[in-house]
Amino acid sequence: MATDASEVRRYTIALLVENRSGVLSRVSGLFSSRGYNIDSLSVGETLDPTISRMTIVVRASQPVIQQVVKQLHKLLDVIKVIDLTDEEHVSREMLLLRVGAAPGTRAEVLRIADIFRTKIVDVTPVSYTLEITGDESKIGAIIELLRPFGIQEVVRTGKVAIARGSKALSRKDQARLQQLHSAPRAVGYDD
Amino acid sequence: MKMTGAQIFCESLKREGVDVIFGLPGGAVLPVYDALYDYVQRQELRHVLVRQEAAAGHAAEAYARVTGKVGVCLVTSGPACTNLVTALADAQIDSMPIVAFTGQVPTHLIGNDAFQEADNVGICRPCTKHNYLVKDVKELASIIKEAFYVARSGRPGPVHVDLPKDILLKQTEFAYPDKVFLRSYNPTVEGHPGQIKKAAQAILKAKKPILYVGGGVINADAAPELRELAELTQIPVTMTLMGIGAFPGDHPLNLGMLGMHGAWYTNMAVISTDLLIAVGSRFDDRVTGKLDAWCPEAEVIHIDIDPSSIAKNFHVEIPIVGDAKHVVARLNRELRQLDDGSWKESRDAWWQQIRAWKAQHPLSYEWSDAIIKPQHVIQEASRQTASLDPIVATDVGQHQMWAGQYFIVNKPRHWVTSGGLGTMGYGLPAAMGAQVARPDKLVIALLGDGSFQMNMQELSTVVEERLPLKIALVNNRAHGMVRQWQELFYNRRFVGIDLSVCPDYVRLAEAFGILGLRAERPGEVTATWERALAHPGPVLIDFVVDPEEACFPMVPAGAAVRDMVLAKPMSERPEEAKARAAKLTGF
Repeated sequence: MATDASEVRRYTIALLVENRSGVLSRVSGLFSSRGYNIDSLSVGETLDPTISRMTIVVRASQPVIQQVVKQLHKLLDVIKVIDLTDEEHVSREMLLLRVGAAPGTRAEVLRIADIFRTKIVDVTPVSYTLEITGDESKIGAIIELLRPFGIQEVVRTGKVAIARGSKALSRKDQARLQQLHSAPRAVGYDD
Repeated sequence: MKMTGAQIFCESLKREGVDVIFGLPGGAVLPVYDALYDYVQRQELRHVLVRQEAAAGHAAEAYARVTGKVGVCLVTSGPACTNLVTALADAQIDSMPIVAFTGQVPTHLIGNDAFQEADNVGICRPCTKHNYLVKDVKELASIIKEAFYVARSGRPGPVHVDLPKDILLKQTEFAYPDKVFLRSYNPTVEGHPGQIKKAAQAILKAKKPILYVGGGVINADAAPELRELAELTQIPVTMTLMGIGAFPGDHPLNLGMLGMHGAWYTNMAVISTDLLIAVGSRFDDRVTGKLDAWCPEAEVIHIDIDPSSIAKNFHVEIPIVGDAKHVVARLNRELRQLDDGSWKESRDAWWQQIRAWKAQHPLSYEWSDAIIKPQHVIQEASRQTASLDPIVATDVGQHQMWAGQYFIVNKPRHWVTSGGLGTMGYGLPAAMGAQVARPDKLVIALLGDGSFQMNMQELSTVVEERLPLKIALVNNRAHGMVRQWQELFYNRRFVGIDLSVCPDYVRLAEAFGILGLRAERPGEVTATWERALAHPGPVLIDFVVDPEEACFPMVPAGAAVRDMVLAKPMSERPEEAKARAAKLTGF
C-alpha cells in the first residue's frame, strides 16, 4: 500500500567494504547526495584486515532504502550489503558520560550506575565518568535518569549490529569470502 | 624492464588499444607529456590539444559513443580537473565509458594547499563510476588496467585516475596485468531465463505493446537484436533522446522520440499501451512526466544492466537484469519458439489506432515564407545527407529537441548528444571527438547560438586537427529553451535570455580560418546546406532563424503526458511575422 511504502522508519544496514581510504566517504556520499541523514555510522576492521564492517542507521521510507541498498551494491568498494532491519539481530551502542557528583548526590549516582550495570571509568571529587553499553532504549533511559545530576559531557559510538544465528552471512557467503581472501590481490591497497 | 610512471602510463594505454588522447598539458602532468613525445613521434599515440579541459572530456565521450571503445582524456591538476568535472558528470549520467587522467601535486604536498592543488579524487567521486589516487608507482599499471575494465563493463561510465607528479617520475619494473580481479564487482550480463520466458509470454499476450528504447541498447550494441524483436512481433518502437539511432529512423515501425518533446501520437501510444517493454532506458522524468498518469494500464518489462535502474521510478512487473544484447537475443529465441501468431489480429487494430493518431496530429510546424524556421534547417540537412548516414552531434536546447524530432538517424552510434545532464557547450567538442574517431564520416554539428558561445574557442582545435565539420548554428539570438519556458510558464517575463549582443559568426569563422556562411531567408536554406556540404573543410553556417519559434509538442514539466501542449496558444498573424522578419534581416 502506498501509505506503508512512504512511511519513514529507521533502518539498520550492515556493510562489508574494502578497508582502504576513501571508502567511508563513498558510502556516506551516497546518502548525503540524496539528502538523507545518517543517524549513526560505525566502522571497524573485521577478522580479515582487508575488510571493514560498517553499521549504518538511517531514517527513510522503504522505496528509498531499496534504492540506497542497490546503489551501495554498485560501489566497487562494497562487498556485501545486509539489511538487518527486519532480521533478528543484536545491537549495542556504547556511551561514555561524565556526570556531576556533588557530596550530597554521589551515592545516588552510584546506585543508578549500579542498577544499569555500568562501569565507573574515572572519578574526581565532583564527577563520575561512566561507561554504559546497551541498546538504544537503555542508553536513553540512563541519560534521562542522570540528567537531574548535571550531565557534563557525553560521547556515543553509534550502533553496531550483528544478526542472530548465521542469517546475515550464510555459509556459502563465508566460504566465498574466504576463497576471495586467498585469491590474488587487486590494486589499491596500502600494504 | 624498468620504466618511469609516465612511460608506464603511455605503455599501458597502448596495451589498452588507445589511439588518441584528448588533452591539455600543465605542470603536474608534464612528465606524461615528456614521455608522450616519443609515442607521438612514432605515431603510436595521437594527442589532440583542446582549448579548455571540459572539451577534452566531451570529445572523449563522443569518441566513446561513436566507436564503442573507451575514450581517454588527460589534463593537469587543480583548475584543469575542476573544469573537467562537467564532462565527467555528463558521462556518468549518460553511461559513457571514458577514462580521465588528471595530474596531481607530488604526494608529499597533497593536502598542503600546494600550487594548483585540489582534492581531485574528492571532487570527482560523486560524478564518476569509480576513481583512484595512485599512491605507488608499482600500482599504476594495474590501476590503469582496472580503470579501463570498470569504465567499459557493466553499465559503462567515467573512471577517473589522479596521478601525482612524483609517481610519474619514479621508476619500477613494468608488467601489464592480463586480468582484473575485483571481488566486489561482478556485473550481471545474462538475464534470468525464467524472467525472459515470462517476458516472451507477456509480449505474445499483449494487445497494445510498445518498445521504449534507451541509450543502453546502443551501449550494448544490441540494435540488430532489437530490430529483430520489433519486426518479429510488429511492435512499435519509440526511443528516448539517448536511444536515437538504436532503431532505424525511417523504419515503418518507428514512432520516433517520446517524452517532453515527443510527437503527440508517440506519447499517446505510450500512455495507452498495455505492455511497456523498456530496454536500456531508465524512466527519466523528461520521458515520463507526471508518474501517476504515465502508462496507467501497462504491465512493464524492464531490461537493464543496472539493477538500481529497475523499479527506481516506476513499477515493474517483469524485471530482467542483464546486458541488452544477451537478453534480447534470448528473448527473440523464446518468442520464435512460443509464437503461434495469435497476436496478429490485435496488432493490426493497435496499428490502426496509432495511424489514426498520427493523422490527427502529425509532427509538424508552421511554415513561413518570411523567416527561416529552425525545423526547416534541420529537415533540410537530414534530407540532403540521407544517403551518407552522417554522424549528428547536437548541443543542448531547442535545436537539440528539433534535431531529435526532425533529423532521421538510421544507425546506432550516429547520434551524439548530452542527454541526462543537458550540458550546454557539449556539441562542438563532441563533434570534434566524433570526427577524430571517424575521419571517414560526414559529421554535422547542430548547435544553438547560446550553447556555441560556451565552447566556441574549440574552433581552433577544429582547424588545427583539420576536422571537416559542418557546423550549423540554429541562431535565434536567445537562450531559446529558457525563453520558451519564460513565455509559457512565467507570463512572458523575459530575463537573461537575450543574446542579441553576439559576434558576427561569419567573420568569427573567418577569424579562425574556417569558411563562414549565413542564411537569413527560407529560400537560402537549401543552397546554403549544399554549399557547406560541398566544401571539403570545416564550415560554420549561421542560420538566422525565427527567434519566437517554440518547440512543440511539449509536456510542461511535472505535468501528465496526456496534457501535452501541441502549439503556441496564440498563433502569429502573417503580417506580424513579416514585420518581425524585416526587423531581423537588418541584423
